[in-house]
Amino acid sequence: MDDSLVLGGEKFESRLLLGTGGVPSLEVLEQVIAASGTQVVTIALRRVEAAAGAPLVAVLEKAGVRLLPNTAGCMTAREAVLTAQLAREAFETNWVKLEVIGDDRTLLPDPVELLDAAERLVADGFTVLPYTNDDPITARRLADVGCAAVMPAGAPIGSGLGIRNPHNIALIREAVTVPVVLDAGIGTASDAALAMELGCDAVLIASAVTRARSPELMAEAMRDAVRAGRAAYRAGRIPRRWHAEASTPIAGFPQL
Amino acid sequence: MRIIVNGAEAEIAEGSSVGDLVRQRVDDRRRVAVARNGEVVPRAEWDSTPLAERDTVEVLAPVAGG
Repeated sequence: MDDSLVLGGEKFESRLLLGTGGVPSLEVLEQVIAASGTQVVTIALRRVEAAAGAPLVAVLEKAGVRLLPNTAGCMTAREAVLTAQLAREAFETNWVKLEVIGDDRTLLPDPVELLDAAERLVADGFTVLPYTNDDPITARRLADVGCAAVMPAGAPIGSGLGIRNPHNIALIREAVTVPVVLDAGIGTASDAALAMELGCDAVLIASAVTRARSPELMAEAMRDAVRAGRAAYRAGRIPRRWHAEASTPIAGFPQL
Repeated sequence: MRIIVNGAEAEIAEGSSVGDLVRQRVDDRRRVAVARNGEVVPRAEWDSTPLAERDTVEVLAPVAGG
């Protein structure tokens, strides 16, 4: 049975989106893209003096992945909209991972600026994938203004703290019909599996892979975890019980 | 004339265009984006967009992130 991810009207076999932040070299980037099986990779724009430029893009083009430009570092809707428009020029895509953060300490989204930017970018023809708080109400508002997905944080970016509020992630899954992509906070494979078991349609992972001792091996682990978690979600877990329920039949138990 | 490029003062010849500035700053124009005074300058308009004294220009290129 076809279980593709449909994101922004496009189909993907892989449910793992890869962030390139923290990647130690282009060689490692090539390895983790291959090992993770990802088909969507994030990228950012910076002043040319600080940028990697053409060689970075060459690696991504060779891998044949879809580029997902982000607005990382933006703190106002105005900045984020302009950054998205610049990214559209640079990367010739109207897809954008919209990030509008509230402060440097937590890097958590500013929901007021985020919603404003999302609305403006949707009106400008963008396919908007917003990085949002794990708040079902904000997620619903983002979906209502036309975002193509919602991407709640499991925990602050780069923290590796996993999914701090699984209940909210499950509520977000109930609150919207667009894909839910768990973004930020994943530390290891079990976090990615949990996200998928909670009903997320995909996960976006950067630091957990790029900053692992062996990025390539962790990319492989994440690939498997996402597949396993997705399969478990589709299979339907058994209900939790307080006491045991025998799995071996009682009928026919011998008189010993 | 004096302009600000990527946060630093720069001198550029009178009558220069955005396209001239980009040529000075990068070898490969692909995947580069330019904002002038807070507005995007589309690639197709680089050569026809003149720079003016005190313009603030950002010349951006790809970097790993996010």
